[in-house]
Amino acid sequence: MIQLEEVKAELEKSLGVQTELSGSGLLVPKSRLLDVFKFLKENAKYQMDYISNLCAVDYLKQSQIEIVYHLYSMRNKTGPIGIKVRTDRQDCIVPSATPLFRGAEFQEREAFDLYGVKFEGHTDLRRILMWDGFEGFPMRKDYVHEDEDRYVEHP
Amino acid sequence: MGLASGSPTVDQGLKSELEKEGVVLTTLEQLYNWGRRSSIWPLQFGLACCAIEMIATACARYDIARFGAELFRPSPRQADLMIVAGTVTKKMTPQVVRLYNQMAEPKYVITMGACSIAGGPFKEGYNVLQGIDRFIPVDVHIPGCPPRPEALLDGLMKLQKKIDGQSIESAEWYQQGQKREFPIPAFGPKGLEPPYNPEVWKPREYEQKKQTEAEARKIHGTIHDPKQSAVSQ
Repeated sequence: MIQLEEVKAELEKSLGVQTELSGSGLLVPKSRLLDVFKFLKENAKYQMDYISNLCAVDYLKQSQIEIVYHLYSMRNKTGPIGIKVRTDRQDCIVPSATPLFRGAEFQEREAFDLYGVKFEGHTDLRRILMWDGFEGFPMRKDYVHEDEDRYVEHP
Repeated sequence: MGLASGSPTVDQGLKSELEKEGVVLTTLEQLYNWGRRSSIWPLQFGLACCAIEMIATACARYDIARFGAELFRPSPRQADLMIVAGTVTKKMTPQVVRLYNQMAEPKYVITMGACSIAGGPFKEGYNVLQGIDRFIPVDVHIPGCPPRPEALLDGLMKLQKKIDGQSIESAEWYQQGQKREFPIPAFGPKGLEPPYNPEVWKPREYEQKKQTEAEARKIHGTIHDPKQSAVSQ
């Protein structure tokens, strides 16, 4: 079992990244996200070579969107390490993890489709579940779906 | 002289008496309906978990073959019955409507499960159609989540009863110039366009509200609004 405090101390020592314990994950500043991923992937102790999950969380009141990554190590059979990153809700840009973890490709497309998170560096960022002409991001908390306005505000 | 409606019919007692002697009396209509209801071939497709129950119904234990409906056809051209088994997402709706249009007459639709009736647990969602009856006419609704195989068989028997009551003279698809083709919805920016086919379905809440308001007007002259009367006091 990986202790998060240990990872936090390691990141601070090796990279000089200030992280914050948040639930069962580490909140990483957006600008250093890729460095943290690279370190966890290539470090001999951790060898986090597999991303099992990537999802977005909408914090409407704080006007922020959080992306949660779950990393596992297939070599060491350890994990997960939860990594979180927060970004502004309006201009929602996060560096893409796809160049490091190929498995993040479709999950990033899903987060883009449903939450409107733009992943910088993703080679093929387009909608995956909804059709191309769809407008808006339906899993955001302020999204109004079509039947809502039909039933509530029908003349 | 053809058999027009109101032509003399055979007394039931006489009919059963003759059957004992080995003479069967029937009408063309009865014979025709018997043939049709005894070989309803469903279209082979499933959309979600209800399809598993549909498969179970087709297997040996429940044995839908007892009702002559065991031939699940992989082509809509050869099918008589569409069992909409499972959640119809908005993305899937055009294909379902197109399959229905491609089926040859006479054709029937059974909606199986809460999802295909009204959206089921996904009713408040952005991605699920709230009932396939918004786009195509439905003959039998089977509630359940998912319905048991017995329920599907019951629905099939209900459909057979409905077929038995149909008449060659008045059945919709024998009318001249009748074209039963339903428009296929397109993908719009918020959902399907149009969101429903007004020939087939109308929003019930709206209709009800209009009706109750009209009744209230008839009785009170105006609509009684508790908020307004509280302000005036």
